[in-house]
Amino acid sequence: MPTTAAVETPYEQFATIEQQHEAARLGMWFFLATEVLIFGGIFTDFTVYHMLYPKVFAEASRHLAWQLEAYNTVILLTGGATMAFVDYYAERQKRAAILWFLAATILSGIAFLTLKGIEYHGDYTDGKVPFIPGGYSYAGLDPQHAKLFFNFYFLLTGLHAFHMLIAIALLVLLWVRTWRWRQPFAVKRMIIIVGMFWAFIDVVWLFIYNTLYLINR
Amino acid sequence: MSTIADSITDTLKESAGYSQDNYLRAGYGLRSWLLTVDHKRIAWLYLVSITGFFIIGAIAAALVRYDLLAPQGLLDASTYNRAFSLHGIAMVWFYLIPSIPATLGNFLLPIMIGAREVAFPRLNLFSWYLYTCGGIFVILTVILGGVDVGWTFYTPLSTLFSNSAVIVAATGVFIVGFSSILTGINFMVTIHKMRAPGMTWFKLPLFVWAMYATNLVMVLATPVLSLVLLLIALERLIGIGVFDPKLGGDPVLYQHLFWFYSHPAVYIMVLPGMGVASEIIPAFAHKKVFGYKFIAFSALAIAFFGFLVWGHHLFVTTQSVYASMLFSVMSFIVAVPSAIKVFNWTATLYKGSITYDAPMIYALSFVGLFTIGGLTGLFLATLSADIVLHATYFVIAHFHYIMVGGTVSAFLGGLHFWWPKMTGRMYPEIWARFAALVLFIGFNLTFFPQFLLGLAGMPRRYFSYPPDFQSLNVLSSAGAVVLGVGYLLPLAYLLWSLRYGKHATDNPWEAEGLEWQTTSPPPVHNFHQLPVIKET
Repeated sequence: MPTTAAVETPYEQFATIEQQHEAARLGMWFFLATEVLIFGGIFTDFTVYHMLYPKVFAEASRHLAWQLEAYNTVILLTGGATMAFVDYYAERQKRAAILWFLAATILSGIAFLTLKGIEYHGDYTDGKVPFIPGGYSYAGLDPQHAKLFFNFYFLLTGLHAFHMLIAIALLVLLWVRTWRWRQPFAVKRMIIIVGMFWAFIDVVWLFIYNTLYLINR
Repeated sequence: MSTIADSITDTLKESAGYSQDNYLRAGYGLRSWLLTVDHKRIAWLYLVSITGFFIIGAIAAALVRYDLLAPQGLLDASTYNRAFSLHGIAMVWFYLIPSIPATLGNFLLPIMIGAREVAFPRLNLFSWYLYTCGGIFVILTVILGGVDVGWTFYTPLSTLFSNSAVIVAATGVFIVGFSSILTGINFMVTIHKMRAPGMTWFKLPLFVWAMYATNLVMVLATPVLSLVLLLIALERLIGIGVFDPKLGGDPVLYQHLFWFYSHPAVYIMVLPGMGVASEIIPAFAHKKVFGYKFIAFSALAIAFFGFLVWGHHLFVTTQSVYASMLFSVMSFIVAVPSAIKVFNWTATLYKGSITYDAPMIYALSFVGLFTIGGLTGLFLATLSADIVLHATYFVIAHFHYIMVGGTVSAFLGGLHFWWPKMTGRMYPEIWARFAALVLFIGFNLTFFPQFLLGLAGMPRRYFSYPPDFQSLNVLSSAGAVVLGVGYLLPLAYLLWSLRYGKHATDNPWEAEGLEWQTTSPPPVHNFHQLPVIKET
């Protein structure tokens, strides 16, 4: 596809294209550090209350749909792999391969959110949604304090799903830009950055899955 | 906004005899300012907006001092609560935190490291729009009748009891938090990746080191603030219970999370001031700064230890006494790098040929007042003393010595020091020296009595007080009037100088630093030819 011998030129504030690449990547690392601190704050809160009400939290945790989320974990990790391929082919400027693997990654994201929706719906019919009027009829140990657990569950998975939505929107935008192929170098740069974001979402999910679903089994 | 822009541009159109090819002449209309990606112009956008919020915060402070003129309080209790809350929110988040980093930092950082721009110019402009958007929420809060939970939003007051516009105010602070995160990321990357060839880490000006430490704190602490504000909003909207004892939540956990951000945030506010002092003092002592590496590393040490002292705000809560002891020790440790800086500045003055130009008077005010503020901080870091002094006017006096006496003095000092570079004009020197002295006197008149009030036991956040405290309170309010004059004077003569000030030479102070090698004002991409980085 890249027929003309185009050379990647940096923005005017940079001396070289390498400098621009490094700056963009470093900026994204700093941004991800802020993300770690946002999620880290919630994990800290969760840990405090887990220590205050260990039995209540353990039992509430066993009411979550861990099997469903095991499928989701597999889906998300597969999406991580396809995104790695996107990155690989972006480096080599292979448009068709980028499009296919981007589509696969987008699909994995949509599948993840669909299963998440099914899980949330199940939570609602089971009465595990404390903040919706009439949505809470949990009959396990100490339902009052178990509300805290479920609130943390929705906070963590909800914030994660919100990140997924943003990432999927970015991937769709990337797909369109790759389809057009007007600025292949800009597409490549964007893929690197969005890929880092996507990987972060994968990693955070592993922490969420372990902390909420598995640790008390 | 537009008036200042117009005034600058009008001036430039008719002036001649100095660098014509400069960033102020790159465009004239309002659009050329609001859509600019030039870091120097964005600095001006911030300067104008933070001045606006400073005025809002100052009006609120005036209301507070007016109320406290009489023991029974001249305002009603709820108006008083709203006045001090607005004062805190406007001053901390919309003035102090962006003050030096977003104005002087924006203007100088790329120039000082020999770069053409910041790493992400569009993101830089976006940060300003986020700031403005957050600011609109604060103004909306005022229109909706204000907020009465202080700048700290303590639970359960903010979540269960307050009927004021908490969510709107918290949203404003939430948004402005992202503005500082993005500015922090931008500047960190700029310092890491955009340095001119030959500009090694230990050739960086100390202002840049201070900015680096500041931005590190901004990037690592602000997300936690965003999170707690989100939790407060969720608590009020849907009652998630994280801070609600009825559900088993713990209101004190809020204080831990809040101060995990807000104590480091204190260093966001004061570190840049230290950076400014480290530039001004050597320039007017006409000497190389003493102990460059000590000043540089002490900035990083402050940023690091600043993260480990938040518990000293919680000595009188349910926090365990062992945790308190640890936090007390850490708070003493964080004073060490600050003291190192003070010693270095003083050693720089020793045997220097000192000239007392206005920036130097501000810088010396900064050192003196910061020292008093810092040492009284040690009183508060002492467990037993804090039990007596906690939540009294002693605390108010302590942090105003650091935030106002320290940071605002440094900000004004820096503004005067770099004014010739930013505008191409000199400010009127006599007026500036006079204003600096008025500010110093007014500040001490306002806040020194508050140390005495605190020692005598007057609690903070009350709209009334026993009649015994009246004379000191009247003294403090009178001082606030002098302080107000000290602020209005620079506002007036700096605006005047935009049109009538003498033209500045490229290096009016004969100071070191790349910013003095370029023209005043600098060209769009900062340098006409590659700057020379001295071998030392």
